[in-house]
Amino acid sequence: MIASGLPQDWIFGLAGGLMIGFAAALLLLANGRILGASGLLGGVVDGTGHGNLGERLAFLGGLIGVPALIVLARGAPSTHISHDLPLLVVAGLLVGLGTRLANGCTSGHGVCGMSRFSIRSIAASAVYVGAGIVTFYLAHRLLGVI
Amino acid sequence: MRLLFSALAGSLFGLGLLVSGMTDTARVQGFLDVAGHWDPSLIFVLGGAILPMVFAWRIAVRRRVSVVGEPIPGMPEQVIDTRLLAGSVLFGAGWALAGFCPGPALASLGWSGVGGWIFTAAMVVGMILHGFLQRRRRAMLLA
Repeated sequence: MIASGLPQDWIFGLAGGLMIGFAAALLLLANGRILGASGLLGGVVDGTGHGNLGERLAFLGGLIGVPALIVLARGAPSTHISHDLPLLVVAGLLVGLGTRLANGCTSGHGVCGMSRFSIRSIAASAVYVGAGIVTFYLAHRLLGVI
Repeated sequence: MRLLFSALAGSLFGLGLLVSGMTDTARVQGFLDVAGHWDPSLIFVLGGAILPMVFAWRIAVRRRVSVVGEPIPGMPEQVIDTRLLAGSVLFGAGWALAGFCPGPALASLGWSGVGGWIFTAAMVVGMILHGFLQRRRRAMLLA
């Protein structure tokens, strides 16, 4: 196991992480809502969250619009996203279905749930990180599809 | 006010995802590649995000009600069932294959191109599929 990544990645990681945490704290203390990206989007697209549709759309508008504007002004960093479209379709379906079944993703369980020491969220996070490590190993090292 | 707070939180969340490197699928996959060139920097992202929230929950427990008067959500029932575990396995697998989880996929829609849009569209279809399965299951339980 060789650790890589530049020290500046760690600093930007910490700074960006703090912004994510303050965003979640703002949504919780101001509006009484959990910042979970899959839940906020899921409720819009499957109709279960139409009771507070405006709040959800305002959140999603900021989430999509503000980084897009910054990138427009300063140039786009690469997402290094795969060019394998069938692979992306499979991955997207898994992420959409999985996060809704588990009732949360990296933000809802990972940030909001783990920070209140919810056993349920800690279990979910351990499982998706574990499944991610195993899947990456199988797909990258053994099968070579990514 | 609610809409303003929501928009602010969404904006700050998106900015944080961009600054932290979460919108770079190679970084995320590097974090999951523990058997290869492991990039542990995402631990700093998670740590940085959890820190303010630990304090926020402490305040939330004391205040019980949010600024706009909405009750603070209580601790969900602590059940670890098949839904939670199977859902997390599926999510983890998809996360590893593309390097995107829902937040970063949305935050980078402005520049992630065809690949990012295809992934996000498929994610939305997966969410709609879940809603459809839920409704069918409920209808069958009632019948």
